Amino acid sequence: MRAFTNRKCPGKLIIVEGIDGSGKSTQLSLLSQWLRSRGFGVVFSEWNSSPLVRDTTKRGKKKNMFTPTTFSLIHATDFADRMERHILPPLRAGSIVCADRYAFTAFARDVARGVSRRWVRNLYRFAVRPSLAFYFRVPLDVALGRILGGRDALKYYEAGMDLHLSRDVEESFRLFQGRIIDEYEAMTEEFGFRVVDATLSIEEQQTQIRKTVEEELKLSRAGDLLKTPWRGFTNGNGFAPHIL
Amino acid sequence: MATDSPLTFYDDGLTGVDVSALCGKLIVIEGPDGVGRSTQISMLRTWLEHQGHAVMDTGMARSALVGKTIKQAKQGNTLGPLTLNLFYATDIADRLENEILPALRAGFVVLTDRYFFSSIARAVARGSDPVWIRAVFGFALRPHAIFYLRCEVQDLLPRVVYARGGFDYWESGMDVRMGKDLYESFVRYQNRVIRALDAMAPRYHFEIIDATRAPEKVFADLKRRIGKLLAGKKKKAGGKARRKPAALEAAAPAVVEEPVVAAVEA
Repeated sequence: MRAFTNRKCPGKLIIVEGIDGSGKSTQLSLLSQWLRSRGFGVVFSEWNSSPLVRDTTKRGKKKNMFTPTTFSLIHATDFADRMERHILPPLRAGSIVCADRYAFTAFARDVARGVSRRWVRNLYRFAVRPSLAFYFRVPLDVALGRILGGRDALKYYEAGMDLHLSRDVEESFRLFQGRIIDEYEAMTEEFGFRVVDATLSIEEQQTQIRKTVEEELKLSRAGDLLKTPWRGFTNGNGFAPHIL
Repeated sequence: MATDSPLTFYDDGLTGVDVSALCGKLIVIEGPDGVGRSTQISMLRTWLEHQGHAVMDTGMARSALVGKTIKQAKQGNTLGPLTLNLFYATDIADRLENEILPALRAGFVVLTDRYFFSSIARAVARGSDPVWIRAVFGFALRPHAIFYLRCEVQDLLPRVVYARGGFDYWESGMDVRMGKDLYESFVRYQNRVIRALDAMAPRYHFEIIDATRAPEKVFADLKRRIGKLLAGKKKKAGGKARRKPAALEAAAPAVVEEPVVAAVEA
């Protein structure tokens, strides 16, 4: 079964994947800063952020309305809206699009919830294949430590409580995220993830990522990538439409 | 072709859903916008209830999860075709799990005003990949019968213009603008929808009902076919239809409410 469309775009799609607490958002934010400082327009798209779908997902989570199938479908709907409006058009225009989580999140999470691997891969077949997919590999305990340090409680679906793996939230989180890690690991080869050791220092990870991105950008033909016209007026920080 | 075999999924079905104890009947009424599906469903419902059957009817965008969201999204000007397709898929999955399956477990006759076939037809009419959208709906239950109320666009026009007071934006495919005005876009778009439904008829075993006739004639036709289906007559065609186990046929409506989705065990 073919995953992703074969559509070619002049822009670059850079995505990050990994479990909660792997530090991927921090790294992506640092990467976008760097790209902007170099004069590239960067469009940012986050998982679960479509203005048409987001509130419904929130309400469904709050009221525990989801089953594995509808959970999978509502996230695909959210993704489709972002693909149609915020990801594909800028890529066609030659922009760099950075996505915090991509279809692989669904491939990992939904399968961990028992959804068919084949079905969920087909579901996202309309998606553009990323130019670079970074996977942040982190041991479960490290991730859990970061999450518990930063937030009050683990959320119901994030901890996979809907699967009734354990009554204890922390134990459920551990079991559920463990399954997700297994799926990510199995996908590493299937989709050619660039694996980042997320236990390294933030600076070390960022250096490695920038190097990989630099090489990818070199592959672009002159004029393919859209530069911002405002460079020089923004103290080198660049300007970018920030789409949430 | 109607069948009275036990219900199954088309492909990889709804995760964690057990379909072994479904004793109701799932009957689909399909057809283009304005063909008269809802009129037929309301007549069928009354008739079936007179016969002593418990009836549940359902239709598009009525799910608790995304029904309102779909209606709201259609008011705006940002809803794209892929998003629309997946909204409807979510709607159908939610109604299957929370309305249709519980009713089938309790032994109801479920009449559904459209099913995912319309969603596929609309998706294809809007340029989506048919292989993709068919596989998305692999989660759906295979109905006992699918009645396709068939007519041509010309037959729809008087109903849309006179009975409904004009052309609807989405029913005219104006989001993908297929003509200079609503009329032109409606004709092209509905033509594509009808061709797509026609093309699906053999694959999904639609029973084609000539809907150019008077509503009473269509109703009589549907009554005859549904009557046969509910009487549980054995069908020879295709040799696929199996007789239901006697125990299920005799079963009174189930009183035990099982959770719609069981926990997914490791």
